[in-house]
Order: sequence, then C-alpha cells, then structure tokens
Amino acid sequence: MYALIIFGLPLFLRNNYHLMVLNVAALNIIVVIGLNLLMGYAGQISLGHAAFFGLGAYLSGVLTTTYGFPIWPTVILALVVTGIVAYAIGIPTLKLEGHYLVMATLGFNVIVYIVMIQLDAVTGGPSGFAGIPHFRIGDFVFNSDRKIYYLFWGISILVLLLSLNLITSRVGRAMAALSHNEIAAKCAGVDTEKYKINIFVISAVLASLAGSLYAHYITFISPGTFSFFYSLQVVTMVLVGGMGSLWGSIFGTVLLTLLPELLHAVKDYNVLIQGLILTGVLVFFPEGLFPGILEAWRKRRVVVHKRSVSPGREP
Amino acid sequence: MTQEDVLSLNGPILETREVTLRFGGLEALNSLSISVEPHRIVSMIGPNGAGKTTLLNAITGVNLPDDGDILFRGQSILGLKPFEITALGVNRTFQQTQLFSNMTVLRNVMVGMHPRTKSGFLGGVLHLPGERREEKKIKERAETLLERFELLPKADWMASHISIAEQRRLEIARAMAGEPATLLLDEPAAGLNIRETEVMGDLILRLKGEGQTVILVEHNMHLVMGISDWVIVLHHGSKIGEGRPEEVQRDNRVVEAYLGT
Repeated sequence: MYALIIFGLPLFLRNNYHLMVLNVAALNIIVVIGLNLLMGYAGQISLGHAAFFGLGAYLSGVLTTTYGFPIWPTVILALVVTGIVAYAIGIPTLKLEGHYLVMATLGFNVIVYIVMIQLDAVTGGPSGFAGIPHFRIGDFVFNSDRKIYYLFWGISILVLLLSLNLITSRVGRAMAALSHNEIAAKCAGVDTEKYKINIFVISAVLASLAGSLYAHYITFISPGTFSFFYSLQVVTMVLVGGMGSLWGSIFGTVLLTLLPELLHAVKDYNVLIQGLILTGVLVFFPEGLFPGILEAWRKRRVVVHKRSVSPGREP
Repeated sequence: MTQEDVLSLNGPILETREVTLRFGGLEALNSLSISVEPHRIVSMIGPNGAGKTTLLNAITGVNLPDDGDILFRGQSILGLKPFEITALGVNRTFQQTQLFSNMTVLRNVMVGMHPRTKSGFLGGVLHLPGERREEKKIKERAETLLERFELLPKADWMASHISIAEQRRLEIARAMAGEPATLLLDEPAAGLNIRETEVMGDLILRLKGEGQTVILVEHNMHLVMGISDWVIVLHHGSKIGEGRPEEVQRDNRVVEAYLGT
C-alpha cells in the first residue's frame, strides 16, 4: 500500500520542483530513521547528525570529483569512515551515564562545519564544491529528478524495512529494553554499552549514506547545508513523528519537509507558523504526532463501537 | 571432571569474603562474609538499612565493593559488569519491580532470554533463517515460562497494566528466563496481601524443588521462617547471626536487633 502510493505518485507530478522536494524528503527519511533508532531505542540524542550527513557528502563528493574515485565504492568508503568516526566519538561518551553524547556530537558538528569552511583547498570553502558526478549503473545515468526519485525512495523504503526488521529482533528487543530501563536491561544480561555504541554507529552511517546520495544528486555541496540547524531539524522530525515509531518518522519527515514549501505563500510568517505547529504538536501530542493520531483514532473507534478493549493490550 | 565442577558440586555456589562497601562515610557493608550452598533457599533478614539490598547490588555488579571478594562457583566475579555476571548465571529481581513497562508481558520474558541466545545485528536486520528459528524458540520458551508462572492469559498485556502480584511473578519469570544458577529475590512479597504472599512462598518452594538456588531478601518473617533452609541476619552491614530458621528465632541478639523485644 505504502509502496504503491510512493511509486504511483510521480505519475501525477509533472513539476520537477515537486519531485526534488520529495527526493530531499526521501533522504531526510534515511537520516531520521537512523536518528530515531538512536533516540527511541538507545535513549540518546545526537545533535551532530548534520556532520555525519556532511561527512558522507564531502567524502564521496571530493574523492570522486578531485581524485577520480569510482562512485559506488566511494560511497561505501564514506560509510566506513563515518562509522569509524562515530565509533571514536561514541566510545568515551556512551560509556558514561547521562547525556554526554549530546555535547560531544554538538561540538563535533561545529568542528566539521569549520573544517568544511577553512579547508577551502579541498572542500572549496564557503563557496561550496561543484561538479560532482551523477550516479550511474553501466550506461544508465541518474541525471533527472524522476530517475533519482525511484532510486532514493527505493533506498529509503529498504532502510525502513530493514530497520523494522531490526526492532522486532532479539537485538531490537534488547535496544528497547535498555531505553526503557537501563538497570533492568543490564541485570537481564544486556550489554547496554555495546548496544548504545552500535546503534550510534548505525545511526551515523545512515546519515552518511544520505549525505553521499545527496552529493551525487544535487552535484553541488556547500557547508551551509551541514550546519547545526540541519541537526536540529532532523531531531525535530523525530520528535514530531514520535520517538520509537519508525512509521512516525516517515510521517514527521514528510510533513516537516513539505511544510516550508506549502508555507511559501505566507512568506514572512513562514517561520512563525512552523513554530506554532511544532509547539502545538509537542503540547498536544507529546509522544509524537503519528502515535498521537493513532491513539486518538483507536479511542474513537472504541467509543463508536461500544466495544470494550482491554486497556492493557498492545495494538 | 574438572576441579571447578567438583567445587560447584560440593562447595558453596556463592560466597562473599569480607566484603566492605561504603557510600561516602557510611559503611553499608562491613567486612561481610556469607556462603550460600546450592539448591537451598537462603534468606537475608535485618532492619531497614542493614545492607541487604546493597549486598545483592554488590553480588550483581551494580555497586562495586571497596574491599573483599565475591566468588561464584569458586571464581571471583568482582569487577565484572552486571550483564557478564548475569551471563554467568546470577539473576535477580528488584525491591521496586523494574519491568520494561511499555513492553508486553511476553516481551519482558523474551528480553530475559537475551544472555542465552545469540542472534546479532545482521541476523536481526535481515531476519536470517537462523534468527527466525531462534526467535521462534525464544517465543515458545517464554510462553512456557509464562504458563509456569500463571501469566500466560496476560501475555499480550502491557507490563504496567497487570497487578502488583503479577508484576512480582513476571519479574521472577524474566529472571528465570536467563536460566540462572542462583536466583536473587529482593523482597518478592512486598506489596502483596496474605493470600498472594502464600502463593509467592509456594512458588519459591517449587523453584527450589526444581533444584534452583534462591537468595531471598524479605521482611515478611512468616514467609522467611516458613520456606528458608538457612537464615542470615544482617545489622548495620555486618552479620550478627545465622542458622536454621528455628535457631535464628531463638537467638537473643537477633531478637533484640530485629524482631523487637
């Protein structure tokens, strides 16, 4: 059903700009799902996902363009490098109890941003880095928004499916346990430190993947895209969609990616209205918009059908 | 048969040797030595603040002792992390139940099986055949456990929505899912009424009947004296007496410190 909507949608969209917005939404989904695994299942927050996103973009952009590396292997290389960097950040911070990861990732984001600007011999500095090659498979070049649409949404659905698999597995159960009650999880035999670090690395690697995809799609990257504000944006998407709800992440991401576009009409009040909507969501649906709406819908059905469903049952 | 096997058959399964644990200036445990024989119910009693829960925390690696040693099957487990100690076969429950409240009853028990199963990230992400088989096994075993603990009808309930007595039983079921050699119960009858306490007593006796070693921390004297093989009395972090229930009840120092005049 979901896949049908996604693959049918481009048939009705003639405007390339609309496709581009949806393509960016697909990339955001990849980042947000990864971040939701971290926030919803490891109980940790990262304010540096823009840096991992940027690491992926710059690594595969610079290496393929300046040094002539082949595209697909370079994307993999960027994933590995980002994973190692995330591991190095995670080891000292996630062993400590409390929210040290927030500080470390925030600092890391600022550092990466400064490096992107200052290292202009390699990165092109503040004016950006252009001429990145498109993806290609054999002679087929992904050079139009429509082709990219299928590639990106295909990958984002794959990421969703694999992540859904993960959270319903033994590892996902352990992750959920440690985010609910860390001490109980430890005493039930879960190596909570190891899991927190692994989830953080997976989360960073997914952001890096989205970054690489972005670079070879837009073919131009500049530091502004990877500033701290993008990190905040993806955290907001997780919160609006609902922590721990992967379907909610899709919902939250699409909503928050499309919202600014829809609000172009009201130009100056754009930010104001966005802020009001976010505040509204957090006040009325503190568990996230998606789970909140589901819950409201279920309650309505119970009232309508006068059917007593035991209050403790899972959906 | 190796030396360790002989030890585990003949010697104590769990031992603390002159364990001292301080919280700032307070000595929660003061050079405490206890010894637990296998297949027994060994109870710790003592007034509030005697160090009973601290002792369980020290054994399970939650709090690190300042001095002394803790041995499980003759091997020191001092300094191991809680999950490593659980993997060796020491499982516990908590004075205030620590369930995964947003999970179903069934899933709580399934988490308990974590140290006895091994599917990893890759198996989980791809739902590989081996992982599916293991998941099926985990679910079946969890259901068997729930049936033994009379929780099967509530399998799909949220852990936070079942009664206190059921939560206490669920916590024990989750601990048993880890196939412990030693089960540590921290006040399993707290918050239960007389009838529920009796059921809990029968349950612990049944576990012992199946060969389970149980270390019990409990305030309910009727329960402790009714089911224990051995009772250790703690006061201000020290052991002030131990023996069979009927001996302890006659011990004047114990009566003075704990049971009141």
